[in-house]
Amino acid sequence: MKRALRRFRASYLFFSFKRDPVAVVSFSILMALVGCSLLAPLISPHDPYDTATIDIMNAEIPPMWMDGGDKSFFLGTDIQGRDLLSTMLYGMRISVLIGIGAVFMQAVLGILIGLISGYVGGRIDSLLMRMADVQLSFSTLMVAIIVSAVFQVAFGVGKYEDMAVPLLIVIIGFAEWPQYARTVRASVLGEKSKEYVEAARVSGFSAIRIMIRHILPNTLSPVLVISTVQVANAVMSEAALSFLGLGMPVTKPSLGSLINSGFEYIFSGSWWITFFPGILLVLLVLVINLLGDWLRDVLNPKLYKG
Amino acid sequence: MFAFIVKRVVQSIFVMIVIAFIGFCIKHQIGDPVRDIVGISVSAEEREALREELGLNDPFMIQFGRFLKNAAQGDLGLSYFFKKPALEVILAKAPATIELVLVSSLFIIIFSIPAGIFAAIRPRHWFSRFMMGTSIVGVSIPVFLTAILLIFVFSVELNWLPSYGRGETVNIGGWQTGFLTIDGLIHLILPGIALSSIMLPLFIRLIRSEMMEVLETDYIKYAWAKGLKPGRIWLLHAFKNTLLPVITVGGVQLGIMIAYTILTETVFQWQGMGFMFLEAVERSDTSLLVAYMVFVGVLFVVVNTVVDIIYGLVNPMVRITGRK
Repeated sequence: MKRALRRFRASYLFFSFKRDPVAVVSFSILMALVGCSLLAPLISPHDPYDTATIDIMNAEIPPMWMDGGDKSFFLGTDIQGRDLLSTMLYGMRISVLIGIGAVFMQAVLGILIGLISGYVGGRIDSLLMRMADVQLSFSTLMVAIIVSAVFQVAFGVGKYEDMAVPLLIVIIGFAEWPQYARTVRASVLGEKSKEYVEAARVSGFSAIRIMIRHILPNTLSPVLVISTVQVANAVMSEAALSFLGLGMPVTKPSLGSLINSGFEYIFSGSWWITFFPGILLVLLVLVINLLGDWLRDVLNPKLYKG
Repeated sequence: MFAFIVKRVVQSIFVMIVIAFIGFCIKHQIGDPVRDIVGISVSAEEREALREELGLNDPFMIQFGRFLKNAAQGDLGLSYFFKKPALEVILAKAPATIELVLVSSLFIIIFSIPAGIFAAIRPRHWFSRFMMGTSIVGVSIPVFLTAILLIFVFSVELNWLPSYGRGETVNIGGWQTGFLTIDGLIHLILPGIALSSIMLPLFIRLIRSEMMEVLETDYIKYAWAKGLKPGRIWLLHAFKNTLLPVITVGGVQLGIMIAYTILTETVFQWQGMGFMFLEAVERSDTSLLVAYMVFVGVLFVVVNTVVDIIYGLVNPMVRITGRK
């Protein structure tokens, strides 16, 4: 453990990380945000899910420093009288959970398909890649919107909202697998003809073992790079779906549904219900994107040019 | 070349059939057309008779064949809510969406080309760095948030521009256009900016990187050696060759913009296809939902195929290997 840590501290990755202030700042902000969302039940001043403590009379209280602000509600309250700061923390928790879950799902799906497609080649390869092309040409957001709309009509709104978190993970994960599949396939094609693969094949290892134990570890650096950007994309997609009313319900809001619920009240001057969750969402996505940019520059994998 | 076009067209027809199949499965699985047509006050026998009459008791594949045949003739079924052919409903809403997409493509073209060229020829200039910095922020702001922000600043606070609807429109042969009235044009400004906001940074970056690549090539060096004027080299020699990849990517991105129109139209209550789609979801209007899906699917496939063929015409290298 200690040796691994020392090796990491001497590595090029850590060296260039230390030298890049943008990367350091965005990493710290990201860690702070993720930490806050993980610890939301402990650090948030109120519990937005506890209906006993919510009073509708507290609805639309402006932030503390404005006229009519209340000391116990730092950023004010939303339309249902929930403390906005606590609701945002809980909402970010859901957004982060769905973002990571969806990326995990698409990574598993995409890596599997990419490995098979690249290693086996031939008919299967062209069929799978054509599927990926077609799905990508439809834009992932469109696929996600249509699939979630169909699910909502099929299950009914009530049942859909009960299962919203796993469903959103599946929908967003399903919509974006081609990104991974193409990236992995491209690097598998590069690795396949190298000598260590030939050696493994001559040693009589099975195709599955070669794919997973030999080729996969060598394709991981582009996967790491697109993973960061994909988390940002997944968080954005979730926010977009929730904003359209196809994602998290208002009773268990993510950042997107909070923005949606505040939007109607922007005309009456209650800007904070939309503004603060919006800022948080942009900050979250921005730091992930900046980290992704930095990681791409450092690892510099031959990314599939799409 | 002919073989390439035939191959692409056959491929796209296959994709369209798959889309139609998925759409048909959705329609077949959810929603009961009989109940939607007659309501609940009709006896079981009459329902059964109606089912037989509508052909709902036929085998799955026969029904799918009928669906395909009707779809090819432009009949995508009846919208349960509007009690009108779904295609008619969609086509009535299409002009609003198309005008919105046109306006924001115009914004993108006007702003991204000069910005991209400038960033490519003066990469160290403070303005280029500023643009590159803001473009990553721009990519991180969701469309609906930009739209809300625009509404808050320009409609609620400053009260300069209208926040919803299309304003006054003129009917030209069934096409409701907002281009011909001042009111209609004013209503287009905010949604147009909002929709272009997500694509603009992307295009600036794309034009910049392609142009920088072109500027490194030998024929540009030769042009410099000949002593041509810088403006001529940048615009006539370099930019022309930058356009090729930009047009391809641009064509595909225009299709992707359709997805973002759903978000923009929701915020601005723009009476277009995206707004209609969300209303159809709320009303569980499965028929209209499937029709929208098939319609958009066909639109995507047509745009992609046309872009591919144009690219193939211009760049012979891709005809055999396929577009990368």
